[in-house]
Amino acid sequence: MTGSGERPLRIVIVDDEAPARSRMRDLLADCAACLPLTIEGEVDSGRAVLALLAARAADVVLLDIRMPEMDGIEVAQHLQKLDNPPAVVFTTAYDAYAIRAFEVHAVDYLLKPIRAGRLREALSRVRSAARPGPEVLRELQPKPRAFLSAQERGKIHLIPVGEILYLKAELKYVTVRDARREFLVDESLTRLEHEYAERFVRVHRNCLVARHAIRGFERAAGDSGEGNWLVVVNGCDEKIPVSRRQQHIVREFGKDR
Amino acid sequence: MASSINQNAYSSALPNFRNLGILLRILLVVNLAAIAAAIMESKGPNDFWPRLLDVSVVVQPLLMLSVLALVLLNDLLKHLPYYLGAVAVLVLELVLATLLYVYGRPLLPVEGTWLERYWLLTFLVTLMLLLYFDLRGRALSPAISEARLQALQARIRPHFLFNSINAVLSLIRQDPKRAEGALEDMADLFRVVMADNRELTLLVREVALCREYLGLEQLRLGERLRVEWHVDKMPGDARIPPLVLQPLLENAVYHGIEPRTEPGVISINIYLAREQVHAVLRNPYEREGNHHAGNKMALANIRERLQLHFDAEASLTTKVSDGAYQVHITMPYVKDRQ
Repeated sequence: MTGSGERPLRIVIVDDEAPARSRMRDLLADCAACLPLTIEGEVDSGRAVLALLAARAADVVLLDIRMPEMDGIEVAQHLQKLDNPPAVVFTTAYDAYAIRAFEVHAVDYLLKPIRAGRLREALSRVRSAARPGPEVLRELQPKPRAFLSAQERGKIHLIPVGEILYLKAELKYVTVRDARREFLVDESLTRLEHEYAERFVRVHRNCLVARHAIRGFERAAGDSGEGNWLVVVNGCDEKIPVSRRQQHIVREFGKDR
Repeated sequence: MASSINQNAYSSALPNFRNLGILLRILLVVNLAAIAAAIMESKGPNDFWPRLLDVSVVVQPLLMLSVLALVLLNDLLKHLPYYLGAVAVLVLELVLATLLYVYGRPLLPVEGTWLERYWLLTFLVTLMLLLYFDLRGRALSPAISEARLQALQARIRPHFLFNSINAVLSLIRQDPKRAEGALEDMADLFRVVMADNRELTLLVREVALCREYLGLEQLRLGERLRVEWHVDKMPGDARIPPLVLQPLLENAVYHGIEPRTEPGVISINIYLAREQVHAVLRNPYEREGNHHAGNKMALANIRERLQLHFDAEASLTTKVSDGAYQVHITMPYVKDRQ
């Protein structure tokens, strides 16, 4: 245990099922007797916890894994973009794959129904425990993420992957373009290409375009010397050059139609 | 004894020699062997028919005698333990072959054969037939299909079990009455799941079980789960394999309701049409979510159990249309225990 003068542990509960949240509240009340803690909030989705943590800080997020829209492991990945990311303790009723992965990477998790003793144990070591890095979290969930997240003024902005038109690598960051605007995300283009191999196609050394957003191709007016085809993207005016090495996608695109 | 260890073990038995199918099989196999022998003996294509005739002259009388003897001795052989019975059949065939050799040879135009050859060939063909009937018996044994049925018993997802226990735990302090009800429903559900489910059950019972199951899911999913029942025209006295509908509803909740943030409707429509029981289950379905192996396994399981109980008279079809997943089961309307 750390010093007794320390402020109480600030906890957020994330679970899509109301009874599970209420059970967690009861358990935390039981733990409060020997471990100073406060419940900062109780939400039913990953999106809601990201919004909540933009407004207030927390030390621990108790995070259910199986949730609609965005599963807990993906939520944990987005939480890392916060300035002071909270520690995460996963909760799950049954998930053979995830549990095996947790064991392998020594990530803390609680099995539902959760015992008060087990919860106290996890909470008491949360301040000192090492946090799983982004690589470990990615390995816990081999499924592609449903969202990319961009940090803007302390807030986490979620961009649904299905709405992305193209991804462009620029220096350290990747620019994400959807129908409305652009975001900067801290990712690597190669890794994104890997994660979403079915959704995006590489048209250029520094650019991935969503297959569904490709309206067609047209000849470049002036000869820039590099490629002579441009991708016309649905929902935005910008045209993206196709590099010489990727010219074959123009032919393949025609075949798919 | 093996049978005391495993009650489902198949115990070998001689076939019923008075069964026309069995007799036809014996005739077929022996004649095929005779044809094979004739082919082996013949020196050219034109030599085949004379050879077959030579072989038949010996084989057919022996075959007729054997069949006659087996039909007559059937009841006697039936009472012997299998291995003694099999030995008795082998001995009988050898005796018949010897008799034919000794008394028949002067009457038949065969030359230059030796008794041991008759013995060996008779022995081999008889042994082959005995092995064939034993294998066939094993393959058709009801014990095997019962064992298959048992192995196919529907199983509840552990995911559901632990989440439900968790939901009940949350109720104990705030609403002990509801917690009691939920535990009772769970007990009913597991009683059926763990029961010996090889016999047909009443449709009304399966529907009651489904209501209990959905009640438990409602407990944890609340507003997100909406259920529409259309069972006014349901033939409640129809007999159906147990746990045919409940696992489908479990799939519907797992794949159709849980991955959604908005509320979703599961509809259950059961009716009778042209002496057939129809059950149509629909749930919301988003194409984005990849379809899981678990779902296919449950479907294959139910399909196979329907087939074991009703053969070709039952069917299970699925279809995806405008954001909904639909399972349609058709079963014959069976009222009484068969």
